[in-house]
Amino acid sequence: MNRFAELLDRLAYEPGRNNKLRLITSYFRETADPDRGLALAALTGALSFKYAKPALIRDLIAMRTDPVLFALSYDYVGDLSETVALMWPKTDDVLRNNPPPPTLSEVVSTLTTLGKTDMPQQLTRWLDELDETGRWALLKLVTGSLRIGVSARLAKTAAAALGDKDPHDVELLWPGLAPPYLDLFAWLEGRAEKPVNLDPAPFRPVMLAHAIEESDFAHLNPADFTAEWKWDGIRIQAVSGRDADGEIVARLYSRTGEDISQSFPDLLPSLRSQNPSQYKPFAIDGELLVLRESRVQSFNVLQQRLNRKTVTPKLMKEHPIHLRAYDLLSEGDDDLRTLPFTERRARLEAFIARLDDPRIDISPQLEFDSWDAITAIRADPAPAGAGEDAQAVEGVMLKRRDSAYLPGRPKGQWWKWKRDPRLIDAVLMYAQRGHGKRSSYYSDYTFGVWTRDDEGERLVPVGKAYFGFTDEELLKIDRFVRRHTTETFGPVRHVVHEADKGLVFEVAFEGLARSPRHKSGVAMRFPRIHRLRWDKPPREADRLETLEKMLVTETATEPTAIDEAAIGAH
Amino acid sequence: MRPQDILKPGPSGLACLPGGFHIDPVRPVDRAVITHGHSDHARPGHGAVLATRETLDMMALRYGENFAGTTQAIAYGESVRLGDVTVSCHPAGHVLGSAQMAVTCGGTCIVASGDYKDAYDPTCTPFEVVPCDVFITEATFGLPVFRHPDAAHEVRKLLDSVALFPERAHLVGAYSLGKAQRVIALIRAAGYDAPIYLHGAMEKITRYYEQRGVPLGDLRMVKGMKKADLAGTITLAPPSATADLWTRRFPDPVTAFASGWMRVRARARQRGIELPLVISDHADWDGLVATIGATGAGEIWVTHGQEDALVHWCQTKGLVARPLALVGYGDEDETDDVPGGADAQESEPA
Repeated sequence: MNRFAELLDRLAYEPGRNNKLRLITSYFRETADPDRGLALAALTGALSFKYAKPALIRDLIAMRTDPVLFALSYDYVGDLSETVALMWPKTDDVLRNNPPPPTLSEVVSTLTTLGKTDMPQQLTRWLDELDETGRWALLKLVTGSLRIGVSARLAKTAAAALGDKDPHDVELLWPGLAPPYLDLFAWLEGRAEKPVNLDPAPFRPVMLAHAIEESDFAHLNPADFTAEWKWDGIRIQAVSGRDADGEIVARLYSRTGEDISQSFPDLLPSLRSQNPSQYKPFAIDGELLVLRESRVQSFNVLQQRLNRKTVTPKLMKEHPIHLRAYDLLSEGDDDLRTLPFTERRARLEAFIARLDDPRIDISPQLEFDSWDAITAIRADPAPAGAGEDAQAVEGVMLKRRDSAYLPGRPKGQWWKWKRDPRLIDAVLMYAQRGHGKRSSYYSDYTFGVWTRDDEGERLVPVGKAYFGFTDEELLKIDRFVRRHTTETFGPVRHVVHEADKGLVFEVAFEGLARSPRHKSGVAMRFPRIHRLRWDKPPREADRLETLEKMLVTETATEPTAIDEAAIGAH
Repeated sequence: MRPQDILKPGPSGLACLPGGFHIDPVRPVDRAVITHGHSDHARPGHGAVLATRETLDMMALRYGENFAGTTQAIAYGESVRLGDVTVSCHPAGHVLGSAQMAVTCGGTCIVASGDYKDAYDPTCTPFEVVPCDVFITEATFGLPVFRHPDAAHEVRKLLDSVALFPERAHLVGAYSLGKAQRVIALIRAAGYDAPIYLHGAMEKITRYYEQRGVPLGDLRMVKGMKKADLAGTITLAPPSATADLWTRRFPDPVTAFASGWMRVRARARQRGIELPLVISDHADWDGLVATIGATGAGEIWVTHGQEDALVHWCQTKGLVARPLALVGYGDEDETDDVPGGADAQESEPA
């Protein structure tokens, strides 16, 4: 447990992805089974206990410490688990006997079987046996929130690196594996054959597209490509199969392979809906969308359905989920991924027609004979067939007619061509240092636009951006920040932002939503620095009213958690 | 005589009226008794200064030879008569030359311990318990969440990280006086004998430690080193320097910070620290309460830090305790040790 705790501790401070990978892989190398497998389970969210509530932890510490000292400490530290981990006083008995700390497997197996009444006593024993970091990790584990910035995908990639394997291979096997993953580690260490994925509805690594640049078109022949809309939803894989007992298993995977079926119970019946006598397993690559009266709703509406632990009937009724199919990866016993796209597309069309389910349809293909034609379609999707759904079109996809379905982002096969982003001119207000290679640079920027209120004309923050600029531009902005700081609050520098003094950014972003959490009332999607407007005085930057006009009228309330990376939105 | 008639807080610091001096005065005074060389305790411009040889030398290094009118060195275990009181000097275990000053007057003994720690430190004389009637204690880490782990274990974390990331530089923020030399000594004790690099601001004081017989191994200045050659190395720097322009000379640096504050995650995160090392030159909570008990003092005066919790603890143990409202003392880890401040080096690094 102590080694696992050290790993979590280190990961919690490490900002760099590659460095996180190194830390996790090195842990897997040095730790024996079954502990390392349980660690992998913890990092991928594959463990589930009846979690201890914060109230129980408060009770435990209250039995051991002076309430005034606890209150002063909690006030200082600001986090319950951490306060308890740090101030937990060991009894004299424990100090004398110095019992060994539990292993991770002891903790996990005990937690899995332990009844509620035994929980306090067991937790107390472990808190006595562990050191500060160990107690902190234990409390994170039992309260069910690691929150150390490690995705399931990253943990699996780290496992793959242990055996120099392709992370996609691990991803492929994953649904058939279970903690503590002894067969996986045996394979990774070259001690056994590759485990066989017996999962009836496995995930297949997703094929992704490159963003196309103007200069790319010169080398591409339009006749080699098909085109379709790029929908602004959630890219998913819908898989249906039959298990050993003949039961149909239906699953939805995010594009990173996370099983997100439980968030969309209203779609699962459609994946099982074939006539039993003609049932065929399948895997569809497609987009999750919310449709109301067969109209595609904006991403802001879809967002209401993301990252929900419980899905209420009301939510399902008001935000009906829909699958729009792009590709067919398997049908029956046939793996279609090696076929050219056009052949898969023909199979897909026939399959969707036979499925005949109102919640599943096919993404239409776009007719074009030249790059000019598709340029026009992208610029104005509505008359080109998107009609009222144009709002939900994020751009167009160009796919080579002969492209096989390859995992990852293979060169030259698929291209995405997004619609031009929205742009505003905003004023740099605050700056913070970045991490890792940017650790000394002011590279996180909060920017604002003008508004008028009781206090008169002033700037209100509307977003934060930390990419979009070149290294050279970063140096210049960094220098500007250092020379024009008016105040510092901890790590935050207030940068001069007056009508005639300050730095204007042209900020690009993908969409806007209403947000009661932001002072300005709006939240941007994927904001980034598009251009530096050294030439423009701040007084000429945009106004909040301009942003408000851009808001889609139909946006609903603020979603509970916008975590697009976790669910794999694109 | 009542203790508060012997020592009394005032605007210049803790004043001893019957002895005619101040302890660690924050403003220039005629006679100063100084516990140790950190800049919030040892300031220039006093008429006469009484301190250990090491503390006097450090003040001269920092402020120049004329930092005071006259100086007088006092050794551990030695006493001097000042006015109506006797002052004796005892090791505080905080940094090289740090002392507790015991002030005795009319049968009452008050120990002003300055900053102290009871943990192992190969670079200074270990802390000594001085029995007394009134014990004046610091409370920098005066909350029970502060329990400093074994410093050797923290240094092991650093060395493990150096082994795991051989292509990156490890940059350890450590206060220039005391903490840096202790960290170096601990790194050496862990068996690491490669060169250790230093920020220029640390050179003088570190060389002074070596002169006083503290072996620190192969030390080199980081200035003039090629970026690529710093991969896999350890460099010590003042805490403020590890977050600024100066770090650009290092390949993908891992930023560490050796401080008791690193016990609390939010403190480490606010500073952008990737590798927090909980190494402190102050007593932790257990050290504070154990020391208070060991002195046998019936009355405890608590200064700079988290006074509330420590005063509360003393009261629950039946001790008379009160916070001593002294201003002007900080924790050295939170103060800037780079002359002029790191941000004063505004120009691009060479």
